[in-house]
Amino acid sequence: MSGRIVLALLRRDLARLLLGGKGGGALLPVLFFLSVAMLYPFAVGPDAPLLARTGGGVIWVAALLAAILPLDRLVEPDIELGLFDQWALRGISEELVIAVRVLAHWLSFGPPLMLAALPAAALLGLEGATLRTVEIGLLAGTPGLAALGVTVAALTSGLRGGAALSGLLVIPMAVPVLIFGAGSLGTGGESGLALTAAASLVLIAIAPFAGGAAVRAGRG
Amino acid sequence: MQEADPARIAVTDLACRRGDRVLFANLSLRLAPGEAVQVAGRNGIGKSSLLRIVAGLAPAFAGSVRVDGPVGLLDERPALDPALPLGRALAFWGGIDGAAAPTHLERLGLAGLLDVPVRYLSTGQKKRAALARLLGQGAPVWLLDEPLNGLDGHAVELVEALAAEHCAGGGVALVASHQPFRLANMRALQLSDFAA
Repeated sequence: MSGRIVLALLRRDLARLLLGGKGGGALLPVLFFLSVAMLYPFAVGPDAPLLARTGGGVIWVAALLAAILPLDRLVEPDIELGLFDQWALRGISEELVIAVRVLAHWLSFGPPLMLAALPAAALLGLEGATLRTVEIGLLAGTPGLAALGVTVAALTSGLRGGAALSGLLVIPMAVPVLIFGAGSLGTGGESGLALTAAASLVLIAIAPFAGGAAVRAGRG
Repeated sequence: MQEADPARIAVTDLACRRGDRVLFANLSLRLAPGEAVQVAGRNGIGKSSLLRIVAGLAPAFAGSVRVDGPVGLLDERPALDPALPLGRALAFWGGIDGAAAPTHLERLGLAGLLDVPVRYLSTGQKKRAALARLLGQGAPVWLLDEPLNGLDGHAVELVEALAAEHCAGGGVALVASHQPFRLANMRALQLSDFAA
């Protein structure tokens, strides 16, 4: 029974977030990400060693900002449409809906960004080893960014200027993921990646409960 | 309806507060299987709040609510994805509720609209689409918040007939409406009698 519900929720979330319709789906964050990677060499000049040294960090910043783009579509529309109320009447908890949404949000930007990191690394002239660390770091870090995005989207839903506010709220809370993720590039070590994954896990563990509580508290 | 347990609503000494204003207090209400009650009163008196408390979506300020059986709520929001064609938007709830193909579409006049995105539907068509969602849910307890808003005369009769069939099948219906809702054996509850 609940497996059927999770499947129905995930299918709907993926249709909205990954394929998109009017919102552009996963394409918009990926194009944004690639355009940052493309603009950066223009801005700092064609200094290959500098680009190779800083490029990994640029990819991380671009990934973080790209994850913020769809925040206003994550939770608020469903509250306004009355979907959360209808789910609650059917005994489907807000926690379950939020957990499924974290998964759908990650699927719609994590793997696409990891793919887009390949051409971005070519644009920035990254070495193979650096690219490998970036990819593993993104795999470890983007689930945390997805969880954080959904949590903040739930917290700011219903607020005026919620979209701008959620962007501002996500950035400081994403700093641990960014520090460990981009930091692992400098040391090239596993410890940074492990800490990225740990920060991600904490955010994922919190997200369903914080997000669910936020949706319930917002109910008038 | 198809549930084995009889549907009931029992509200005891209920009070509702919005902000720092108490809208109503000491409200008690019993609905046995097959019964219907119309909650009447002017705008802002707390009809929708009462329904949301009974649905468990809003906290009661005082008193208690007991509802036996799954609850279906029809309010001003159809809870259907605006970008999706009507058929797929209804199919999502079909998947959630485990229902087969949606029924009553012909009767609700929706059969020809299944390919139309929900956002292009008129107010009355959206209301009928929400009714299709409610019927698909098959809940024995109906909470209808202004179910007649935006409907033409023919559709109003249809909603009244559907509610009559629902009650005849053992379901209960709590209807909040400022318009007359014609239903045999329906009691009226004037919310102004309980205004605090």
